[in-house]
Amino acid sequence: MALVFPFSAIVGQDEMKLALMIAAVDQSVGGVLVLGDRGTGKSTAVRALADLLPAMKASLDCRYNCDPASACEDCQKRKGRAAKSHMVPVPVVDLPLGATEDRVVGALDLERALAGGVKAFEPGLLARANRGFLYIDEVNLLEDHLVDLLIDVAASGENVVEREGLSVRHPARFVLVGSGNPEEGELRPQLLDRFGLSVEVRTPTDLKTRVDVVRRRDTFERDRAGFIETWRSEDEKLRRQIIAARKRLPDVAVTDAALERAAALCMKLGTDGLRGELTLIRAARALASLEGDMTVADAHLKRVAPPALRHRLRRNPLDDAGSSVRVERAIAELFGA
Amino acid sequence: MTVSDTAPSPAAADAVLAAALLAIDPAGLGGILVHAGAGPVRDRWLDGVRHLMPADAPWRRMPVMITDDRLLGGLDLGATLNFGRTVAQPGLLADVDGGTLVIAMAERLAAATAARITAAIDTGVVAVERDGFALSQPARFGIIALDEAVSADEVPPAALADRLAFHLDLTALRLAQLPAFAVDHEELAAARAALPGVAIADDMIEALCATALALGISSLRAVLLAVQVARVHAAFEGRGAVAQGDAEAAGRLVFASRATQLPAAQDQPPPPAETPPPPDTETPPDADSPDQDLTDRPLDDVVLAAALAALPADLLATLRQGTQRRGQARTSGKAGMARLSRQRGRPVGATRGDPRAGARLSILDTLRAAAPWQTIRRRERAQQRGPAIEIRRDDFRIKRFKHRSETTTIFVVDASGSAALHRLAEAKGAIELLLADCYVRRDNVAMIAFRGTAAELLLPPTRSLVRAKRSLAGLPGGGGTPLAAAIDAATALANVVKRRDETPVVVFLTDGRANVGRDGTGGRARAEEEAFNAARQMRALAFNTLLVDTSPAPTPVAQKLAGELGARYIALPYADARGISRAIQLSQQGAA
Repeated sequence: MALVFPFSAIVGQDEMKLALMIAAVDQSVGGVLVLGDRGTGKSTAVRALADLLPAMKASLDCRYNCDPASACEDCQKRKGRAAKSHMVPVPVVDLPLGATEDRVVGALDLERALAGGVKAFEPGLLARANRGFLYIDEVNLLEDHLVDLLIDVAASGENVVEREGLSVRHPARFVLVGSGNPEEGELRPQLLDRFGLSVEVRTPTDLKTRVDVVRRRDTFERDRAGFIETWRSEDEKLRRQIIAARKRLPDVAVTDAALERAAALCMKLGTDGLRGELTLIRAARALASLEGDMTVADAHLKRVAPPALRHRLRRNPLDDAGSSVRVERAIAELFGA
Repeated sequence: MTVSDTAPSPAAADAVLAAALLAIDPAGLGGILVHAGAGPVRDRWLDGVRHLMPADAPWRRMPVMITDDRLLGGLDLGATLNFGRTVAQPGLLADVDGGTLVIAMAERLAAATAARITAAIDTGVVAVERDGFALSQPARFGIIALDEAVSADEVPPAALADRLAFHLDLTALRLAQLPAFAVDHEELAAARAALPGVAIADDMIEALCATALALGISSLRAVLLAVQVARVHAAFEGRGAVAQGDAEAAGRLVFASRATQLPAAQDQPPPPAETPPPPDTETPPDADSPDQDLTDRPLDDVVLAAALAALPADLLATLRQGTQRRGQARTSGKAGMARLSRQRGRPVGATRGDPRAGARLSILDTLRAAAPWQTIRRRERAQQRGPAIEIRRDDFRIKRFKHRSETTTIFVVDASGSAALHRLAEAKGAIELLLADCYVRRDNVAMIAFRGTAAELLLPPTRSLVRAKRSLAGLPGGGGTPLAAAIDAATALANVVKRRDETPVVVFLTDGRANVGRDGTGGRARAEEEAFNAARQMRALAFNTLLVDTSPAPTPVAQKLAGELGARYIALPYADARGISRAIQLSQQGAA
């Protein structure tokens, strides 16, 4: 992989960066969906995130990068061997458009089948993304049958393969990250629901920000290694922030008052199901943790409510007041100005 | 045109300059979008570009309906069968690495195909996860996208256009106007070598950013491309740093074709008085004297002036009217009414079957089916020599395709004075309900409005309801009723839809009181006659049509029009927009 643009050097787009950081702190928040104008650095940010994530511990020789603390079926079967582990980078796997189903879920290893008549399972992208991130650029252009498949796996955290005489199941817990341009087509509601946070990005309209973006990008293109070096300490700072937040996370308290607030907000907006409330609380807790606070306060809820809820409002495709506006309005009414 | 046919025009000079710059840094500049019909001008230009490129660089032409296995790569069947092990075959994007990709008929390029190409542009590699292979191959190339659109509702995918530095329009050029390409490979190679060292000062970047903002160009990619164009231009001119002239050239080449508004400057001539239809005379470019006291003016003004000077006259006129020159890209959809087919559509898997019955063999699935049996079969035939892979009839798998048959509902809205007075608001309400229906069925919608002297395509077929809603809300009322023009426009659009293999449904919302003829002049009797005439022509094409009478009470003239159209007729019920919604559902079921 070529040298990627550093995360900390991305100008503005604070909501997008925050959502990705939250997902990095607490994977159970669910995926992140980034929708917005062309050329706003959507995929740049996701690819940069990979470099920011601290390494994780994984069982040695495990094809699914499983956690030694809760080994997968495959690893449990190989008893007798001491559970050796090693540090690996957190996988950020690209699901390119045009991918075929066999590569996504895994399939019969054709090479070995042809050469030796051996029936072996060749893991796919879902296996590689286990415990990491699965990134789909232009997610609204993804083939329907792949979308169905993703919806199923993202919900169960497990990939079940029943094809070509194979019967394999393996863990596939990943944070789904999608980006796209809403003008290219709408997203299926079921898939929309799988994303914990949804972020809208806009092209900056003020001259100074735009000049900054262009200047940084130009410097980067001319000397990638040097540019990354310049921002290394900033990136390192963010990485330490993520590590500290993860450590702090179990101790961050969610008071009854905060739970009630969250519930009231969801009721006001009429979001379907409990997933909205759950995501809202988890995201607020991750945010508190990122900021070094030990209790979830109104300020945290207010900041994460738009990304956690805006894609869960009862869909009225014709409502001009965008969902963001509706969420903001509800927040203002509930929390006071 | 007063210019003589042989004088090299500035546009032609820029077309040659853009080609030379692209030859220096194809991957950095993305490429060139060329709007021109097939013909000698385009051929000569294309030929010139080809000769500018290094002789050993690949030059590949991509058909617009390319399949994923050719575009991205996949299994090489011949080699796989030959060697008895899987062999990968690179796709076109990997093949063209270091060279130029020519996309013919870019206006027909599907958004999904464009997304695969733009992913390669963005990352410089083509990522393949197909047919059991996981490959990542370098793919850095320049693109020449040939846009042959003749009507405004066909545009190349915006995602692709956004990434190509130059948008040229050669439609107005004559062969003799195109200057010869002075090919000097050494000079280009020297520029290529010098490019990494070319610096750009901060004030240049600021000037380019300010110019883009002033022209209403929101994409930051355009600015990034302009910065790169300025640097390549400097390298081409043998300069070590971007000078004012380079920034001007970048502004002219990159921004002029993307402008969506005119800068709000004081030295603008007042807009011409409202005289619809717009005069088709030549409007001189606003900054007609960009050379005047350049030295005194701040840098952004200079760049802006250069960009303005390059704006084509007709663009200026349309910008002043506040409309875009050409419609936005249509969306590509999913779902819709799908039919399973064995021959066409998108592949959705494979099933056991006989490939001879007109079906297409799914090679990979066939191999997969055969693979587990190879050891046994080899043992069966014992000593006899046979093929490396033995495939039997039971192994054959054929492709199943899902054939999309989408519906596009075309709304033709009467926004004339008579309709506006009575029921425009109610008609809008009805359309909103219908849009919600279209959303549920994942139909496309398009909208044509007619008032004053002409019909206007408000919204090319799209699935984006946000845009449909927006264009509907901004629809003003008032003026005459050019019904004939509206029917003609609807017929033309329905034909476009049909050509795309989709089913058009046309919904007219009008009171049927035509009073403006095709030529834009008044006269009720003639206007009505023309409208009926247009209606008969439309009926001959047998589209599904519905006419919603928006007059206060059902009128004979609207009923007659519906008869001539062969349309289902309903009167707009008061305060019951849902009635129409049901009626349309009925007529769509008739279409299915």
